[in-house]
Amino acid sequence: PDATAQQQPAKGAPRLLLMGQRRSGKSSISSVVFHKLPPNETLFIESTARIQKDSLSSFMDVQIWDFPGQIEIFENSNVTFDIDAIFGEIGALIWVIDAQDDYTESVARLHHTILNLQRSYPQINIEVFIHKVDGLSDDYKFDIQRNITIQIQDELSDQGIDNAPVNFHLTSIYDHSIFEAFSKVIQKLIPRLGQLEAMLTNLCRTCRFEKAYLFDVNTKIYIATDNTPEDMSSYEICCDFVDVIIDFTEVYGSWPRTQQWRDRLEGEPWDQPLEDQVACDRAEAGMILSDSQRPIMLREVDRFLALVAIMKEGSYDKMPQINMNVDVVVKGLEEFFRITKQKNIVEPT
Amino acid sequence: QLKKVKKQKVLLMGKSGSGKSSMRSIIFSNYLARDTRRLGATIDIDLSHVKFLGNLTLNLWDCGGQEAFMENYLSQQRAHVFSNVGVLIYVFDIESRDVERDLATYVNIISALGQYSREAKVFVLIHKMDLIQSTNREAIFNQRVAVVRRKTAEAVAILHKHQPSPSSLSESEGGIDLDMHLFATSIWDQSLYKAWASIIHDLVPNLGVIETQLASLGVAIDADEILLFERTSFLVVSRWSSHEGDRNPYGDRFERMSNILKSWKHTCSKFTGTPRNAEQFTEFEYKMGPTFSMFVTKFTANTYILVAMPPGEARFNSAKLNVAAARPWFKFLDGPPVSAGPP
Ligand SMILES: Nc1nc2c(ncn2[C@@H]2O[C@H](COP(=O)(O)OP(=O)(O)OP(=O)(O)O)[C@@H](O)[C@H]2O)c(=O)[nH]1
Ligand SMILES: Nc1nc2c(ncn2[C@@H]2O[C@H](COP(=O)(O)OP(=O)(O)O)[C@@H](O)[C@H]2O)c(=O)[nH]1
Ligand SMILES: [Mg+2]
Repeated sequence: PDATAQQQPAKGAPRLLLMGQRRSGKSSISSVVFHKLPPNETLFIESTARIQKDSLSSFMDVQIWDFPGQIEIFENSNVTFDIDAIFGEIGALIWVIDAQDDYTESVARLHHTILNLQRSYPQINIEVFIHKVDGLSDDYKFDIQRNITIQIQDELSDQGIDNAPVNFHLTSIYDHSIFEAFSKVIQKLIPRLGQLEAMLTNLCRTCRFEKAYLFDVNTKIYIATDNTPEDMSSYEICCDFVDVIIDFTEVYGSWPRTQQWRDRLEGEPWDQPLEDQVACDRAEAGMILSDSQRPIMLREVDRFLALVAIMKEGSYDKMPQINMNVDVVVKGLEEFFRITKQKNIVEPT
Repeated sequence: QLKKVKKQKVLLMGKSGSGKSSMRSIIFSNYLARDTRRLGATIDIDLSHVKFLGNLTLNLWDCGGQEAFMENYLSQQRAHVFSNVGVLIYVFDIESRDVERDLATYVNIISALGQYSREAKVFVLIHKMDLIQSTNREAIFNQRVAVVRRKTAEAVAILHKHQPSPSSLSESEGGIDLDMHLFATSIWDQSLYKAWASIIHDLVPNLGVIETQLASLGVAIDADEILLFERTSFLVVSRWSSHEGDRNPYGDRFERMSNILKSWKHTCSKFTGTPRNAEQFTEFEYKMGPTFSMFVTKFTANTYILVAMPPGEARFNSAKLNVAAARPWFKFLDGPPVSAGPP
């Protein structure tokens, strides 16, 4: 974590609040998603007594506030919280429920929190992570999800609230589900998401791709995909492809080569600077699955983002045309983010 | 002159639950770390013949570690178990509550081994290191290494007194030593691949030939590094680095590449629905602009090759062609050479 970023969070950056009972997995979630902690190392995370602030600087700056489970924002009579400072610029409230534990109290507190929020901040998205579902059978998972959903919705409609923006996700840090859930949460905060999706849909059509994702490389959150139906298994393989590329990059691409090395490579018989010897100045990768000869490709968009796509069978031969189309889309994406960033500066919220 | 097919008896021993069958299943049978939770305790000895490349067979004796079995190995089955051993892999569970007892058993095993197979190599794995907080791992490992070394020296000293023989149990200043290597391991990270690559390394026949030929290939295609993996385990069989490639600050990169590529194979298998031990991918290419390029590809029937090299489109294409052209030089990796004599 970047210490200076923690002290001085960017103004106007959307904020994600992580709340829930203690030991529900909040710190683990933010360590795994935002600091790449291996999931099994979360066993050693100590419980903290104060609010933990993190920030993600990527294509969009996001702050993540991790609330210790014992803090009661709305119920504590001794300490008064500056409610507006907490919820004023919020992008979403993520409520974490431990599915392997008794969740009665957590659901009650969640209900209470939603009621309080509905009064002053009705536009805040409430994202419920039904967490630690690894090791639970599919049937059991969906039972829990149905139970919790019905409970919350019934109680809310008793109070006359019928369409509060509450969404439910089944998550675990031991698989891709936590990244997928965060992807959904973050996507709702992206201005002009539809336009991004249209660009990817178009690319899939012109290049005959099965599925394309725009990834935030550091977190493996996908910030957009084309309009074909959601498909967890495509997301998983693309996610892991990004992981492999990150590892390759670290091992072979993150340390400086000597001048002699460069001199030799730029001398006879090449007689060209290395920069001119390459076809593409950004990271590009491709791989073919053996079973049906389906290629998977990756192209760096900028410092933070990469385009990853699963292609149709036998399209490897058409790589040159595909690369040209991808070039065009990458330029379009760059332009999109240049404008979006500027807009954020011009119109602070 | 290529050498004939080798068979090696490998003993896998240690207390019950220490993780022996888990490691074996991950390395040689494509299990995922989390699949090992389903393994039951091994009853007596589970014998498997693992073909490694075309010309090495490992006779892996996975010895169930419950006390009754251990006693039996040391008494009734003593000669049967401990004769003709090429390698002993002894596994300690770092979380074990009864370290003294574990060490006592270990000493008995070393004595039996010294009696019947004094040329055997010993690999001691201090296992389940993931259960120790990462900041303490090194210190705790070093502590354990010191204890194991001391106990081993004591055991060997006693052996030496009973049956003096200068051949493999040599006297050094600090005491008496045997050919022993210690590793900190966990099924949850790449440390497993480091230990097992080292175990396998000296068993591979014709290693010298492989190394020389990899080096000529590396120089010919201007590579910075070449890794040769066995196709099922993805253990690094051999590797070559250029002068520049040797400057790579990531000393753990070989086991790291094994780990990455093996889990990538699992991902592909899950996606395609094909068996995990099937060939999953071909032609993995990665070009990081003007920084470096690399590719991983099926090489011979039993191996995959990873080539890391300088950037440049022309250089890359010619390297790929040359690697394909070099396959016949490495044919001997796939089968027993015709010239092999009688076993
Ligand atoms: N945390 C952790 N658990 C491990 C590790 N390796 C194995 N285990 C677990 O330890 C348990 C026992 O593993 P086995 O491989 O069956 O043990 P074994 O040594 O073969 O036991 P016996 O066959 O009875 O001698 C399994 O539940 C594994 O998942 C490790 O590195 N870390
Ligand atoms: N099985 C499982 N355990 C988890 C998961 N997420 C977190 N945990 C464990 O839950 C415990 C409490 O997590 P922690 O992040 O400290 O909770 P917090 O108090 O809400 O911040 C830790 O031991 C984690 O390893 C998960 O997805 N699955
Ligand atoms: Mg066993």
